[in-house]
Amino acid sequence: MSLLLISSLSAFAQVSSEVEEVAMADTFRAEGKIYVVVALILLIFAGLIIYTVRIDRKISCLEREMNNLHD
Amino acid sequence: MSSLLKKNWWKVITVILLVYTIIGGLLFEVPRLAILNETIRALFFHVPMWFGMLILLTISVVYSIKYLRAPSQMVDNYAIEFANTGIVFGVLGILTGSLWANFTWGTFWTSDPKLNGAAIAMLIYFAYLILRNSLDDEQQRAKISAIYNVFAFATLIPLLFILPRLTDSLHPGNGGNPGFNSYDLDSKLRLVFYPAVIGWALFGVWLASLRLRARVINQKINEKIEEQYNQPSESHTGLPAGHSV
Repeated sequence: MSLLLISSLSAFAQVSSEVEEVAMADTFRAEGKIYVVVALILLIFAGLIIYTVRIDRKISCLEREMNNLHD
Repeated sequence: MSSLLKKNWWKVITVILLVYTIIGGLLFEVPRLAILNETIRALFFHVPMWFGMLILLTISVVYSIKYLRAPSQMVDNYAIEFANTGIVFGVLGILTGSLWANFTWGTFWTSDPKLNGAAIAMLIYFAYLILRNSLDDEQQRAKISAIYNVFAFATLIPLLFILPRLTDSLHPGNGGNPGFNSYDLDSKLRLVFYPAVIGWALFGVWLASLRLRARVINQKINEKIEEQYNQPSESHTGLPAGHSV
């Protein structure tokens, strides 16, 4: 039982050490710089959404005007 | 459908899902895989473009079939505007895929069945737009392009989903390459991937709905102009202005 446990633990350790070898932006994330990127993209996205909403409202306004003309 | 497109609740859901996609897609933990490294996160943005395109083009072809069953200008409007937005998503899918390929495969384009299939499919849909613009008669344009759209959709599916699977492909999920299968099943990726697909697809529907409504307004304006154009011609018949015929 303990042998099984040890072997499974060592297998786990092996897997995790293999995983560590894959290069990821760990330092970049640890320094918190990723939040700058996230905030920047969210700002651009917010801008695009606000613009889309304004276009949506403008079209709604035109639709109302069009319907008033038809009456 | 047309009243649903003007509702706001699903647009709010769209924005929430996409904000979640951006935050989760960049910050959540992802599987550590060689070659892909952090670019695995492109999955949340590149693949939803294709899902979005497929959903939009499916809506388009449904309306094209509807047109062939019962022709109306409104149904044709749906078909063209959902196709337009679908094509935009497809182009973004190709561009983002090409950029990603340059990082993982070392080249912007390779003669891969999935890539070439996607390129051919896009060309077929470009031809749909050209076909529409080359026909002047409105009813003829609507009818011929509805038929063409059905054929375009019928070639899109095998080009993207059947042919690449029959042969070897670098692209994950095709041929002998299990690719994403190993981490497609990863719940960490699914946590962001599914909301991303729904969010981007809904955003596509939103954009298509705006184009659709603008098109309807444009048609109403044209009708008005035609009415006014016809009215003075009646006065040329000799009747004094203001008389109703």
